[in-house]
Amino acid sequence: MSVETTSVASPSRPSLWKRLPVIHQLRQSVGLQRGMLVAGLILTGIFVLAAIFAPLIAPFGYGQLRDENGTFGAQQPPSAEHLLGTTVGGYDVLSRVIWGSQTAMLVILIAVVLSIFAGVFLGLFSGYLGGWVDRVLVVVCDAIYAFPSLLLAIVMSIVISGGQSSLFGGILAAAISITVVFIPQYFRVIRAETVRIKAEAFVESAKVLGSSSFRIMFRHVLRNATRTLPLIFTLNASEAILTLAGLGFLGFGIEPTSAAEWGYDLNKSISDVTSGIWWTSVFPGLAIVMVVLGVTLIGESMNDLADPRLRTRRRADGAPAALATSTVVPGGSLDSVADLDTASVFKSGEALS
Amino acid sequence: MSSPSIAVADPEGPTAPRKKRRGSGGGNLGRYVITRLLLIIPTVFILVTMVFLLMRLIGDPITAALGGRLSADQLQERIAAAGYDRPLIVQYVEYIGQIFTGNFGSTISDGRPVTEILITYGGATLELAVYALIVAFILGIPLGMISAYFRDKWPDAVLRVTAILWYATPVFFSALLFKLVFAVWLKWLPVAGRASTRTELDIQFLPSPTGFHLIDAFQTGNSNNVSDVLSHAVLPGLALGLLTAGVFLRLVRTNVIGTLSAQYVDAARSRGVSEIRLVTRHAYKPALIPIITVMGMQIALLLGGAVLTETVFEWKGLGFMLVQYLSARDYVAVQGIVMLLAVIVAVTNFIVDVIAALIDPRVRY
Repeated sequence: MSVETTSVASPSRPSLWKRLPVIHQLRQSVGLQRGMLVAGLILTGIFVLAAIFAPLIAPFGYGQLRDENGTFGAQQPPSAEHLLGTTVGGYDVLSRVIWGSQTAMLVILIAVVLSIFAGVFLGLFSGYLGGWVDRVLVVVCDAIYAFPSLLLAIVMSIVISGGQSSLFGGILAAAISITVVFIPQYFRVIRAETVRIKAEAFVESAKVLGSSSFRIMFRHVLRNATRTLPLIFTLNASEAILTLAGLGFLGFGIEPTSAAEWGYDLNKSISDVTSGIWWTSVFPGLAIVMVVLGVTLIGESMNDLADPRLRTRRRADGAPAALATSTVVPGGSLDSVADLDTASVFKSGEALS
Repeated sequence: MSSPSIAVADPEGPTAPRKKRRGSGGGNLGRYVITRLLLIIPTVFILVTMVFLLMRLIGDPITAALGGRLSADQLQERIAAAGYDRPLIVQYVEYIGQIFTGNFGSTISDGRPVTEILITYGGATLELAVYALIVAFILGIPLGMISAYFRDKWPDAVLRVTAILWYATPVFFSALLFKLVFAVWLKWLPVAGRASTRTELDIQFLPSPTGFHLIDAFQTGNSNNVSDVLSHAVLPGLALGLLTAGVFLRLVRTNVIGTLSAQYVDAARSRGVSEIRLVTRHAYKPALIPIITVMGMQIALLLGGAVLTETVFEWKGLGFMLVQYLSARDYVAVQGIVMLLAVIVAVTNFIVDVIAALIDPRVRY
């Protein structure tokens, strides 16, 4: 066992900075993939900055209806004073768009972190160990999964916050509702991958070598099963925003006086659209699109870069050593999944010699 | 889309999985299907229980719906009459029993049987979902193959960004945008509804309406009705369909790229198989399992999206009614609608699993 570990780790490891998730991928990427990754990072960066510095950037408060010149007035078109106009409720659109990013970020962070831990571990254990625990978990997760996520989120938020909506209550209700929705997703994907990988030759050879189930699960299976995680992670981060906006759109979100929420603003703009008032719906909507787009672009590129079959390779002369080491461990066995099982046997034999 | 059955019979197609399936025996698949079918029962049971308990956590439905409008005495009277003052377990057993006889109770706000609501409005939601799926299949699958084939060249770049944009746009925002541009500014298409009043009236007087407006419009035999129904369907179908099409495109692309680099594809190419055939048969077929599995998952997304799309376009389906009953706090109706949608998804997942098992024997356990 120790032989395997050393041979994997020994070829001059790059510094910690270069091995950090996003930095590593950024260095690894070329051409179009790098462009997508950079675009995603920029969009997400703007979103995060807007969320953190909302109190400084936003010209007005999210619940502000008047300043020293009197009330803002409802449905005012974009002007010098209100760059993006005002809503039907008389709020400043620009300020609410900026403040909305804060609400969105809080919800995503809470929801995705909670669900990823629960889902991945359940899926790994269930898929690898099998048996009746597996069956029961599959049934329960299927049942939860069968819920259209928005409906479950609605039911959960009625239960959690009783329909009322303070800033914290609303955010927590949304986050927990989303968590409940996403655990089965991680579970299903990781379990399916685990079941598939369990049948591969390199797992069998690890068993023959006497590795414990625990070690096989976390060292051999998890590493190969997580190929899809960045994609699901960002997909979920974006879906978390969409679910939050959907909740707000249906009137189950957060009231305008306690926080700004894009979905709520869009709901209030349905009647504006019919009378041709565009600025109340277009800007909060664009904000959602930009954030989801940014997060998804990062996820797509990370997914491609983690998979040697999808990665655009650098030309041979410029290939850095770091790339070679990274393909041997998580990528090598994946290549074999696609082609032939003998390749992975050969590779694990190589690692042992 | 090519027909998969031909590809299986094709001697040039990937024959390895087929041989394996023969080796493992046909009875295995039958057992898998039956096991999976039996697993639906606990799934539905868990769902019913979960919804029931969650909905009762917030109190009895009568206080939720009518609290504040009736005096405390009147409320007590109605709660006792409906049996909500009995122990929860008694109510639960009774509820399960009622469901077996197809009785979901009556709504509190307007006293209609829930079953009637499900039948009346279910068709509309189904119709919308079908339109959306047609859009998604027509756009998603061929574009995904093109994107995979031209991987990392400009058509791929354009298509990928398009797919992400489709996916990143919340369905109610694209619905609002379509409405703003095509219905309000350009006035090409109607703003809302499933049909204009005239057509709705024609359909109402049909001897046997199906609930599908398009079929009903054909039944009236009036071509104006058909075009009216279709023009109402374009924007909602497109809004909901693009969301799903984006997911399909990305899915097909990723999986076809994976199989395009396989050795048997090179082998087929060296035998002179045309490039189109390589992508649509040799690479597409083995990529089908993950594609089908994830497509099955999209049904839940589709139904959730339908709720939002229906709200924007006042499309009188289950989603539209759900929002109405939610704001009226009529949880008996909400429970029925949520349950029906959840059961539809459970059944779809079952069908998807069976199809995946048919294609790849490794899936069966």
